[in-house]
Amino acid sequence: MAEVSVENVTKTFGATKALDSVSMDFPNGGFFALLGPSGSGKTTLLRVIAGFILADNGHIRIGGEPVERVPVERRDIGMMFQNYALFPNMTVADNVGFGLRVRKVGAAEEKRRIAEALELVQMGSLRDRKPHELSGGQRQRVALARAFVTNPRVLLLDEPLSALDKALRVDMQIELKRIQREIGITTIFVTHDQEEALTLSDKIGILRNGRMVQAGAPRDVYNAPDSVFIAEFLGDANIFSGQVEGGALRIAGGRAIRIPKGAEGANTFAIRSEDMAISLEEPTGDDTDRIRADLVQRVFAGAMATCIVEVEGRRMKIVARERDLPALPDEGPVWLSWETDRLKPVKDE
Amino acid sequence: MSGKWLARAGKVWLVLILIFLYAPIVIMGAMSFNASPFYQLPFEFSLNWYAALSENDAIRTAAIRSVGIALATMVIATALGTAASLAFFRYEFRGKFILQTLLFPPIAIPWLITGTAMLIFFFGIGLGRGTPSVLVGHVALALPYVIVVVSARLATFDRTLEEAARSLGAGAWTVTRRVTLPWIMPGVVAGALFAFAVSFDQFVVSYFLSEPGDATLPVLIYTSIRKGFTPEINAVSTIIIIISMAVMLVAARFSNFGGDR
Repeated sequence: MAEVSVENVTKTFGATKALDSVSMDFPNGGFFALLGPSGSGKTTLLRVIAGFILADNGHIRIGGEPVERVPVERRDIGMMFQNYALFPNMTVADNVGFGLRVRKVGAAEEKRRIAEALELVQMGSLRDRKPHELSGGQRQRVALARAFVTNPRVLLLDEPLSALDKALRVDMQIELKRIQREIGITTIFVTHDQEEALTLSDKIGILRNGRMVQAGAPRDVYNAPDSVFIAEFLGDANIFSGQVEGGALRIAGGRAIRIPKGAEGANTFAIRSEDMAISLEEPTGDDTDRIRADLVQRVFAGAMATCIVEVEGRRMKIVARERDLPALPDEGPVWLSWETDRLKPVKDE
Repeated sequence: MSGKWLARAGKVWLVLILIFLYAPIVIMGAMSFNASPFYQLPFEFSLNWYAALSENDAIRTAAIRSVGIALATMVIATALGTAASLAFFRYEFRGKFILQTLLFPPIAIPWLITGTAMLIFFFGIGLGRGTPSVLVGHVALALPYVIVVVSARLATFDRTLEEAARSLGAGAWTVTRRVTLPWIMPGVVAGALFAFAVSFDQFVVSYFLSEPGDATLPVLIYTSIRKGFTPEINAVSTIIIIISMAVMLVAARFSNFGGDR
């Protein structure tokens, strides 16, 4: 059974629908990402689960019990805030022990669990520091320890890594995943960083304008996006759209491209930028399709390179390993090629 | 060159302002230690007036009453004002804006008018004059100050701290006691000291509301002066000034009125 479930939750602020009939299940022990651009409703959804925002209607269950009418303090959650929200007047140990003291677990038990939690986040040696004496990464660890030390039914993380710089963020992603695995707690985190969502989670829910547009395992969502929006939001993708005529898609300029079998009903297709190849000579081969394009720009980025091309006035992006790219001029005519079954039918939205 | 000149002029100006503010007080303080009852020079140091003061029962009773009322005002106004500030900070409710706006004009209303209005009101409701009326009046005067100072401190409080505490299982009272109050404590202390000072220094409203038999210290000083001025008044005034200034200095320290430390 799902540890947390959200069913048809709607929330309006004035005239805007922050959440529009959102449903998602969060099974026990999983690591879930709520992903979306700013204003998509992901934070609102997290706060509805936490209880800081009351939904207009719909159901929220934690551990099978309906909690719509349960106040935050009795939902048995652990939450980590974007700015960490450590109590400035308390030491690291007192911050972590706050929830234990509220639950009256007893002094010895409290001490033991604080030590355990701080050990897990590798902050045992700084237990007597005040928050202002800690670095950003250390504060984040303390905030995390404080959130899970009470053994809540669900751990909610609001943009947990966004305040850290890039290098530290990658380290903390690995840490976060390790800690979550170790304590096996159902975790839901909000992020606008698609890479972070793909890296960390077992299941991603993607929100847009208050609607849950697609939910699933990162690999599935990445490989089979439902819509143009998701294809372009999760990584880089190129879109072909036009009229289907006799097993081919006729795109702008009258050119036809082959479409995969069984996808004849669609008229919009997405293909990952890394699934397209670029060359000077016309490629050959039966299962590859090809099209002429104009190279506009080639961007070097270390291991990877990005080529910007134009096909009938439409910009496309090709991503490849730098060493796999042929010798190319800075601009001029090129060939794009791809395997037909890499085209995925998507909704045009 | 002109910068240096300006800096010097500024210093002179500052000294003039300080003289303007403190000269009368310093002279009064000095005279309270002068043996002559008619302010005659040469200055002759004496503690006579303070000795006389300690034997003046009327002044001592009034002083004790004043301190008592000021302490009671401080406790009541601080509790009510802090609670009101927290309510303004936490909740949205109908009429909140109007209520907040209406809190401050009373500070600008002349005490003479406030005192008259209170007198009429207290007679109207049957409370009449006396120490209870004085206390209620003082609390009403002190309340806006407490709310201003505590609210200013609350404005620097990070709301997510309350949310964090709630997410950890703390109910409203625990959140207030363990998270919010520790943060706003400097504001609460400053507000309390302001409330004490407003009550302890209050003359006009006390004069209107107190009964002839149980005057507060400022009222007693005023009536004594009308009967005939003695340097005892200088002595008691000096004590009041020292207490009031100490309270204000501590309050300014807590509320950062004198700039950051």
